[in-house]
Amino acid sequence: MSDTTTGRREPTLPDGWELVCGLEVHVELSTATKLFCGCPNEFGAEPNTNVCPTCLGLPGSLPVMNGAAVTSAMRLGRALDCRVQPSVMARKNYFYPDMPKDFQTSQYDQPTNEDGHLDLPDGTTIRVERAHIEEDTGKSTHVGGDGRITSAEYSLIDYNRAGVPLLEIVSHPDIRTAEEAKAYVAELRGIVLALDVSDARMEEGSMRVDANVSVRPVGSDELRTRCEIKNINSLSSLGRAIVHEANRHVDLWTTGERPLQETRHWDEEAGRTRSGRSKEDAEDYRYFPEPDLTPLQPSEVDLEAVDASIPELPAQTRARLADVAGVTPPEVGLIVDRGQASFALDAIDSGADAGRVLVHLTNNLADGVGEMSSSAFAGLVAMEVGGELSSTQTKEVLADMVATGRDAPVVAAEKGFEAMDTSELEGLLDGLIADHPGEWERFSTGDEGDAKKMAGFFTGQIMKATRGQADGKVVAQLLNSRK
Amino acid sequence: MSKLSRDDVAHVARLAMLDLSEAEIDTFTAQLGDVLETADAMAELDLASVEPTHHPLGLVNVVRPDDVRPSLDRDEVLSQAPEAEDGRFRVPPALGEE
Amino acid sequence: MSDSPAAPAAFGTAVEIASAVKAGERSALGVLEEHLGRIGAHESSVHAFNAVIEDEARSRAMEIDDAIASGAEVGALAGVPVAIKDNMCTRGVPTTCSSRILDGWKPPYDATVVTRLREAGAIVVGKTNLDEFAMGSSTENSAFGPTHNPWDLTRVPGGSSGGSAAAVAAGFSPISLGSDTGGSIRQPASLCGVVGVKPTYGAVSRYGLIAFGSSLDQIGPFTTDVHDAAVIMDTIGGHDPLDSTSATDGHGSLESVLSDGVDGLRVGLITEMTGGAIDGIAPDVLARVRAAAEALAAAGATVGEVSVPSSVYGLSAYYMVAPAEASSNLARFDGVRYGLRVDGSNTAAMHTATRTEGFGDEVKRRIMLGTYALSAGYRDAYYGSAQKVRTLIIEDFDRAYADFDVLLSPASPTTAFEMGAKTADPLAMYLNDVCTIPSNLSGQPAMSVPFGTGDDGLPIGVQVLAPLMGEPVMFRVAAALEAAQRLEDGESR
Ligand SMILES: [Mg+2]
Ligand SMILES: [Zn+2]
Repeated sequence: MSDTTTGRREPTLPDGWELVCGLEVHVELSTATKLFCGCPNEFGAEPNTNVCPTCLGLPGSLPVMNGAAVTSAMRLGRALDCRVQPSVMARKNYFYPDMPKDFQTSQYDQPTNEDGHLDLPDGTTIRVERAHIEEDTGKSTHVGGDGRITSAEYSLIDYNRAGVPLLEIVSHPDIRTAEEAKAYVAELRGIVLALDVSDARMEEGSMRVDANVSVRPVGSDELRTRCEIKNINSLSSLGRAIVHEANRHVDLWTTGERPLQETRHWDEEAGRTRSGRSKEDAEDYRYFPEPDLTPLQPSEVDLEAVDASIPELPAQTRARLADVAGVTPPEVGLIVDRGQASFALDAIDSGADAGRVLVHLTNNLADGVGEMSSSAFAGLVAMEVGGELSSTQTKEVLADMVATGRDAPVVAAEKGFEAMDTSELEGLLDGLIADHPGEWERFSTGDEGDAKKMAGFFTGQIMKATRGQADGKVVAQLLNSRK
Repeated sequence: MSKLSRDDVAHVARLAMLDLSEAEIDTFTAQLGDVLETADAMAELDLASVEPTHHPLGLVNVVRPDDVRPSLDRDEVLSQAPEAEDGRFRVPPALGEE
Repeated sequence: MSDSPAAPAAFGTAVEIASAVKAGERSALGVLEEHLGRIGAHESSVHAFNAVIEDEARSRAMEIDDAIASGAEVGALAGVPVAIKDNMCTRGVPTTCSSRILDGWKPPYDATVVTRLREAGAIVVGKTNLDEFAMGSSTENSAFGPTHNPWDLTRVPGGSSGGSAAAVAAGFSPISLGSDTGGSIRQPASLCGVVGVKPTYGAVSRYGLIAFGSSLDQIGPFTTDVHDAAVIMDTIGGHDPLDSTSATDGHGSLESVLSDGVDGLRVGLITEMTGGAIDGIAPDVLARVRAAAEALAAAGATVGEVSVPSSVYGLSAYYMVAPAEASSNLARFDGVRYGLRVDGSNTAAMHTATRTEGFGDEVKRRIMLGTYALSAGYRDAYYGSAQKVRTLIIEDFDRAYADFDVLLSPASPTTAFEMGAKTADPLAMYLNDVCTIPSNLSGQPAMSVPFGTGDDGLPIGVQVLAPLMGEPVMFRVAAALEAAQRLEDGESR
């Protein structure tokens, strides 16, 4: 995910063409129960054990709206600066074996949230058209053939997921590069996690992204035929799928053909999109208001409570951490995305060098801080900056602290990492100069390149002699002082 | 209103997943056409400024607490299935031969 | 008609049975056996039931008797046999909607009304026949064959709850439950000479009622008298957290208002349905409605006429709204999870084969009609306009109720008609509901009260209509009509 926050840009398309992309992101809400019934909303249960008359769509069953799901939806709406408004559930009618009622209960022309926006870390604004409540479907497993839907002999259906509450967040087609698309999803995920409304795991399917992709000549404002890409299972797939699909469109347009408006599936292995089944009849979902549910009309009091429940969001956290650390917000993006911002702030607050804190969190603590407390971490950084530990030693001590939660001095002492006496290094260097006079000559009087190369040579020799225990910074100072 | 055609009936039958014989399409076209003709009487009314009624009682904000209730016994559920396998409902392939 | 199987309350009303059972004068099992005996004698000619559940009913009756013997609390309907329309879920007991598509299905749960009746001590004796998925007005559209009117076996009992109406008229059970989407309780009640109530929308839980038109459907009782109807309403009504459209503020006890009389009540005859804009209402039916108004006036009410002009558009609106909702409600019958499956080479082919074979013609007609009414390009003109007509009907009723406490009309335009008379012409069949449909569109309560007979000697029901949650005043009027009819019967004897 690192390239989403460091702002690395790749040209998505050939010169003269521009990507026009909007995203539909489905987020499974982490409520205790499903959207319309009291069945547990949990991932990984035995098939068809979390089912009841309502979520199985049995004849005679009726839905009752989960109030917690509505609250989560309104909170996300406010976090995306949407208008949070009265809403109506509707039925979207189409046949699908994973969908027990053969209609999906979803919001349609009156969604809970409309007209918001999401600002990417680099400042780009992507408009959010709507964020609405709907129910999830069950899950099919295709059996026989090569396991793909197209060749299966039969399918098996598990309805545990049927009726799980979803929020569908629909962006305007404001996205212009694959990197922006990834940044949008990463930022949305950060907001969802900050709100604690979903665990938003793409690999488990609790966050799913469909991309509407079209292209146009740069400078035009037309909207050409778009394709909806489904089956995208990770951020990197999202980027690859968009680049592939957009280039496919450019190829078609430039050879005088045109893309068909259709749903396409991303084939991760083949690295390409494939056409879904073409339908004889244009889709006609025959939406109408769900007569078994009542309209939702949040009061001023409800909305005030929702506002009061919105925590600090990633953009604010980035700004706060960047301010404290004296860097720009994108530089702390990864730390905030990983949920390590408050750890970083606590460590800096305990007196740790902000620069080293950011470096360690970004590069050495990707898998989390484990058992280590922020104050213990601050102690380690202090030892490192004070020259008591070399950077290699610091890393080793850090790994131990993450695993055990012990304090830095204890670990350092156990590992025998005593600060090396400078006089010892001076003696070592004297010997090296005597043994390598030519190299020393090149270091002291050679051009910049030569000096750099020879500094590396002498540092390496010292490290070898001390088995890596010498502090690189101290060695560099020593070398320069003898120049 | 436009007159209901055989094609309309065939289209609607496809949407509803019903297979009609040619003779049935003829019969249904005539019968449904009669009903639609009586429905066309509504066009006499000026409905432009009338709000629709979807809920006779006008209830709003009916929600339940997020509390778990017991689910059904899987064996009881699957015993009702035309075909089941491995704790799941079995169906023909999604895209088998037509 | 001496050999007709009609014998309402053959073994007493529900109130009489429950009080005798609770007093130890009759046993629940004894009462049950009396009814099962009648079913054994006449069911083959009436065909009120899709299933009679004798064994389960017997063990339940013995439980009630044991409870009474041990001095335990038993409910208001202790030992009362009840027949349930076969579109309400009964756990472990096949529930078919009189359709092949639910072949073999045993619901894993009970409808809320069934739970409430059982908790009150009632004994479910069977599941009654209906027009498939409650779509019809004659109970001829059943996959299991038609039900016959107990008063004249060559005639229809009305529908769609014809089995439940016939069961009570034949004395198979003192009470039964039906469902009413466009008149499916009131019209058969009228044709079978029993009391039938369509409660205010939301007054009785729909949980476990297999949906036809979700914004119109209501469950209600068939009984032989108004008192029983009030007791059943008090038993099955009230808020149910499993139904989002269930009212939180109900109308209170109905049994307690029955003796309040009608003195000072304002009763309005609906002009359009009593010789006005709506044609096809038989003179003998009209005569009885006018007689009912006179009887109420004699009992102290003031009677007038009132116009509900948009009610003439009720049929048009209903035949868009109900099929539209039905087309969606009946999508789930797809051969995947329960009931019939007809195989196909892929899921779509299987769905299509199952539905084509599983649904009868009337159900297919309504599914297609509703699909059309919702489809792109037609939704606003048909479904959309129909929902607006509902608003006009509600506004017209509101104006009428500013001047009147209750309204009167026929429940059915005619007495029971010959079997087969209207099966070839759907539109003619739909016209049976012309007087009942407006109350479903408005959500307001209405009931049919037996009020004498027509020229053919067959029963006629008068429809009493009331505003939302106006059941108390509606029942007071019904009780007064019943009293007047008893007086008339006594005089003519
Ligand atoms: Mg969606
Ligand atoms: Zn459930």
